[in-house]
Amino acid sequence: MEKFTTLQSKAIPLNIENVDTDQIIPARFLKATDRKGFGDNVFRDWRYHKDGTVNEDFILNDSKYSGSILVAGDNFGCGSSREHAAWAITDYGFKVVVSSFFADIFKGNALNNGLLPVQVSEQFLSDLFQQIESNPETELTVDLEAQTISIKASGLSEAFKIDAYKKTCLINGYDDIDYLLSKKAEIEAFEKQSM
Amino acid sequence: MSKKTLFDKVWDAHVVSTIENGPQILYIDKHLIHEVTSPQAFNELENRGIPVFRPNQIVATADHNTPTLNQDQPVRDALSRQQLEQLSVNCKKNNITLYELGHKYNGIVHVMAPELGVTQPGMTMVCGDSHTSTHGAFGTIAFGIGTSQVAQVFASQCLLLTKPKSLRVTVNGKLKNGVLPKDVILYIISKLGTNSGTGYFCEYAGNVFEEMSMEGRMTVCNMSIEMGARGGMIAPDETTFQYVKGRKFAPKGEDFEKKVAYWKTLPTDEGATFDMEYNFDAEDIEPMITYGTNPGMGIKISENIPVDENASFKKSLSYMDFEAGESLINKPINYVFIGSCTNSRIEDFRVAAQYIKGKKKADNVTAWLVPGSKQVEAQIIEEGLKTVFEDAGFELRQPGCSACLAMNDDKIPQGEYCVSTSNRNFEGRQGQGSRTILASPLVAAATAVEGKIIDISKQLN
Repeated sequence: MEKFTTLQSKAIPLNIENVDTDQIIPARFLKATDRKGFGDNVFRDWRYHKDGTVNEDFILNDSKYSGSILVAGDNFGCGSSREHAAWAITDYGFKVVVSSFFADIFKGNALNNGLLPVQVSEQFLSDLFQQIESNPETELTVDLEAQTISIKASGLSEAFKIDAYKKTCLINGYDDIDYLLSKKAEIEAFEKQSM
Repeated sequence: MSKKTLFDKVWDAHVVSTIENGPQILYIDKHLIHEVTSPQAFNELENRGIPVFRPNQIVATADHNTPTLNQDQPVRDALSRQQLEQLSVNCKKNNITLYELGHKYNGIVHVMAPELGVTQPGMTMVCGDSHTSTHGAFGTIAFGIGTSQVAQVFASQCLLLTKPKSLRVTVNGKLKNGVLPKDVILYIISKLGTNSGTGYFCEYAGNVFEEMSMEGRMTVCNMSIEMGARGGMIAPDETTFQYVKGRKFAPKGEDFEKKVAYWKTLPTDEGATFDMEYNFDAEDIEPMITYGTNPGMGIKISENIPVDENASFKKSLSYMDFEAGESLINKPINYVFIGSCTNSRIEDFRVAAQYIKGKKKADNVTAWLVPGSKQVEAQIIEEGLKTVFEDAGFELRQPGCSACLAMNDDKIPQGEYCVSTSNRNFEGRQGQGSRTILASPLVAAATAVEGKIIDISKQLN
């Protein structure tokens, strides 16, 4: 897994609540057997009309906005457990998703793929939307070590929470398999004792 | 000794160890896999040279991506066929039991595993599918996981998890005529919203759930994830034991009796506390229907769509082409789907058949009846339900996830409404541009007969 420490980037404001993983990557694109290439179809049915033409009204198609931070409305990533959603978002080029609330499974999947979910207050999220929408050049800084997210120009900043274990994993690029395999003897002992 | 909840008891019995200030290592008893969320996990293990640790604790089925017609013939869609072949190859290579397409035990993972007695009270179970919460109906800790976690369980039979908070939803009282388990859970989600359960594991309590069949309990627990809860559980009781008894993988004889004695210790202790509690009155529940693009957007079928100025709410109504404040009664409907891991068990088809018997399907309606498994299909035939359906102009298809997520050819066309017994009404869930209205099998059957939404409670009373 890729390491994550700090990121400074512009952001794309997806001001929609309850974005479910079926929107992030529709089921018809889940037939692949590897992890790559899902970025082409991220938010497919919002990015394109059914006839394949580009939907100019969708934020990802608005050339004003760019960056590797996705700022999204409340309850992001609800619905299906498909990790393809996290793969699609990272494959498209995002490294951080900011929202006021994340669905459980999506949050875990993101963390397992080096995609940092940053949960902020509703007020901070609404400030973010307002500042990015009024100035698409707005730069954000996400510092995992310090657990802060800040808006460079205005100096507005907020702390975010992350599980200490997961933080260590992200900073070092470790994943859970490495850790679990190191506990094999303990797991086998547990199996014997609970038989 | 401190009072424990059902969830505490099962969780605590599976903790291998705890990382200081971090997650716990939770042991997983059963791992269910299917073709869509497992291939990348198999690849990862292979690339890292890690063997599958406990292949005999894994059960595989093909369901998400399978056709519901002509299952005896090769799958036509090349990508689907490759994904299914990949599952067969991976299972063979790793000595994992697979009930592939056409096998007499094949079916939707959350229908076939309970049917075979793989699911048992007090277990921990996972699957790369969010509706794994279904198995909580047995007093099991069961939840959906991502593919990285599928790989973790392959490698170690464990997961690193932080213990969720506890939530109890209690429903007491007498359910009205025509109110099914699906209505109960749609009602709960409409009251609590789609993220009230996030971070929690939910226990359903009260006489309404105690009096439900296992099929009904599975329908309820299945949709726990639609209010954000990773899982839902119902205390095991005589109904549970009788369901499990005698099934293929259920413990037998003296073993079974021993297990039952243990299972009887699992229900929540009197006086145990929950982090959050909700109580509802059964009499307030009526046949339900959804009008929006998340499962929390539900109303009693007799009610009007609420009025709300929220932008996401308006976007949702615009997608559905509904007006705030309008009633859905008499809306013409051209598609009906009875199936999915929520409502494709024998009881669901009995309810539908009982309503349909002696009536005819409306001419404007295309109706797909998709059993959850080969065993359900066989039972439908054996009980004569297939004849009832065919006499009324319905077609019974072959098992699979089908139009619930429309990965196969069972897609609802652009702009069309589908009254569906599945679990999600997200934009495009049943096909690009399709509009899903979630309901019980009874409401779905009535819609198919009438060709429009009707107030089923009026018809019944």
